[in-house]
Amino acid sequence: MSAVVFAHHGLTPAERLRDAGWIAFVALILGVPLIGLTTVDVGGRLAVDTRFGLLAMAVIAAFGGRLLMRWSLDHLGARKLARQRAATDSGAGRAQQVVNVLGWLALGASVALPLAFSDNRYVVDTATTVLIYVMLGWGLNVVVGLAGLLDLGYVAFYAVGAYSYALLSTQYGWGFWEALPVSGALAAAFGILLGYPILRLRGDYLAIVTLGFGEIIRVILVNWTEFSGGPNGISSIPRPSFFGLEFTRNAPEDGHSFASFFGLEFSAMHRLIFLYYLILVLALLTHVFVSRLRKLPVGRAWEALREDEIACKAMGMNTTNIKLSAFAIGAMLGGFAGVFFAARQGFISPESFTFSESAIILAIVVLGGMGSQMGVVLAATLLVLIPEFGRNFAEYRMLLFGMAMVLIMVWRPGGLLAHREPTLRLSADGKAAKGGA
Amino acid sequence: MAYALQQLINGLTLGAMYGLIAIGYTMVYGIIGMINFAHGDIFMVSAFIAITAFTLLAAADVTSIPLALTFVLIVAIFFTSAYGWAVERTAYRPLRGSTRLAPLISAIGMSIFLQNAVQLTQGARVKPIPPVIEGGVVLWDAPGFTVQIGWSQLLIIVTTVVLMIAFTWMITQTPFGRQQRACEQDRTMASLLGVNVDRTISFTFMLGAALAAVAGVMVTVYYGVVDFFIGFLAGIKAFTAAVLGGIGSLPGAMLGGLLIGLIEAFWAAYLWAEYKDVATFGILCLVLMLRPSGLLGRPEVEKV
Repeated sequence: MSAVVFAHHGLTPAERLRDAGWIAFVALILGVPLIGLTTVDVGGRLAVDTRFGLLAMAVIAAFGGRLLMRWSLDHLGARKLARQRAATDSGAGRAQQVVNVLGWLALGASVALPLAFSDNRYVVDTATTVLIYVMLGWGLNVVVGLAGLLDLGYVAFYAVGAYSYALLSTQYGWGFWEALPVSGALAAAFGILLGYPILRLRGDYLAIVTLGFGEIIRVILVNWTEFSGGPNGISSIPRPSFFGLEFTRNAPEDGHSFASFFGLEFSAMHRLIFLYYLILVLALLTHVFVSRLRKLPVGRAWEALREDEIACKAMGMNTTNIKLSAFAIGAMLGGFAGVFFAARQGFISPESFTFSESAIILAIVVLGGMGSQMGVVLAATLLVLIPEFGRNFAEYRMLLFGMAMVLIMVWRPGGLLAHREPTLRLSADGKAAKGGA
Repeated sequence: MAYALQQLINGLTLGAMYGLIAIGYTMVYGIIGMINFAHGDIFMVSAFIAITAFTLLAAADVTSIPLALTFVLIVAIFFTSAYGWAVERTAYRPLRGSTRLAPLISAIGMSIFLQNAVQLTQGARVKPIPPVIEGGVVLWDAPGFTVQIGWSQLLIIVTTVVLMIAFTWMITQTPFGRQQRACEQDRTMASLLGVNVDRTISFTFMLGAALAAVAGVMVTVYYGVVDFFIGFLAGIKAFTAAVLGGIGSLPGAMLGGLLIGLIEAFWAAYLWAEYKDVATFGILCLVLMLRPSGLLGRPEVEKV
């Protein structure tokens, strides 16, 4: 990206005030219908209630916020400009090293986390959630980040995985490890099923069809009660066992439970920590799998497809197979995550597989920087933790979440760790081509 | 037969509303090539504005229906366009020229933000208002079933037709329409030729929001209930309509809207009402398999 340098001329205080005044005016107009006026139920009929005090506060906040933002932006901008002038084009290589070091640090931290917080249920639970999203993000990264196919219905595969484990285990008594590959394969089959008819579509047509696919799966899950339990979902899904050792308080008659086998005091945390390590291993396997795939011909083909489909065709690549393989592998990874999700929750219902879930997973991929594995980790952590920290002011947390999504995107349009370079370079110091697509 | 005719009327009404929202999607897509995911929520905001305005009027004892409707429409269009403008300005303009997915994500964020903002400020409960327009004309008194078209349905269909005509005129005949089409074709060239691209795009967003506002008022009049979640489904359906008709094409958006309305009405009436969304998306998939750029869309020619 070429840096366009704008010369800043200092704003006079009058200009700053006028600018902030304009923002306050806009805030006033936007605020009148939503903040200033509201309807309340008075004896079965609506009546209008006014909250002009609140509105005035919002307008003043907008005014002050704008002044502050403008001021800090100017200062930061000037500093950044100075830095850019001072620094030579050192750039990408160092950043990549830093990311690698960060990756190892994160790995170390995630291995050590349950040991440090072995009595804190909340931390381990939240960390497990983060890892589920990391895994989903890595799966979707194959489809969106590498192959460049916009998928808004990724949650469908997550649902397929979760429901197939739930049904296999509750109806047929399958164990976690037997059901895992089968559910993954099933999700992959669904990926191909979705991928096949829409091979010819591009860009946003693809987006809406995948979105529709996700909704279709959800609507079917809600309505086909005999099959999926409908809106009530499926409950009492068996939990995974540790090589046949159950995490129960009392050992079964003919064997051991996890606690008795290792001679430990029974604790509910054992299962949580086991689940945590399980998803950590699954996620790491996903990571290794995907990073190896990137170096195989098929991975290179995905990236080529992302950069330029026509060129791919001209080179005689079979775009059908490339797209289908991306869909299938992405779906399979989503399916694995779904199996784990079902096993961890013990209960699933269509509620967990709505469009907003797809949107969050996609947001993780894009906020992280498309195609960047570490970026996904960072974004998943952020997006899970923002609502968690927001729990103290519960009703504002989704508001903050939406705002954070917009702000992060505006702040770093390429994602937190922008990494859209082809893996393969022509020469060590050759500038990597960056596709616009 | 009578039943089918009634479903036709219901479907057309529904379709007209989808079409109005779909135009907003299609115009924005045409000019900056992004899916404005927050558009459905803009529509939802307008429905809330309409509710407040109707309640205000009821409190002020305004009984003349045409007067009330005009007032509510003007208020809703004004405030909703302001929202359209603000959303574009804060969430999309800074991202112009970056990757294609960046504005999509900030649009999704904006959609979550708007939904929660409305939920927080206006309450999470369903808001009912007493029916604004009652009655209708009986079209056909068939034995056992009476086909009737409600005044509100008539109002929706007529308003949509009038707006469509006005809109087509504006896009094809006025200077703004020319600028808008110029920006659609080539933004850089248009700006070199003296078109204020930023302003044109802002205005496009405001127009889209204004149409969504009309749809919001109509929904309030027709159904009489509003909650903060209506934007999502309406938005998705309208977007489906825009894609079905060929995204970027105004008549296509209207046609797509009508088709989706009709499919939903007939599917719900004759087959399984629970699966009407499946039908909508299924037909979308079918159409796109046969015509990858929608019914009235121009196929994209890509030159290397």
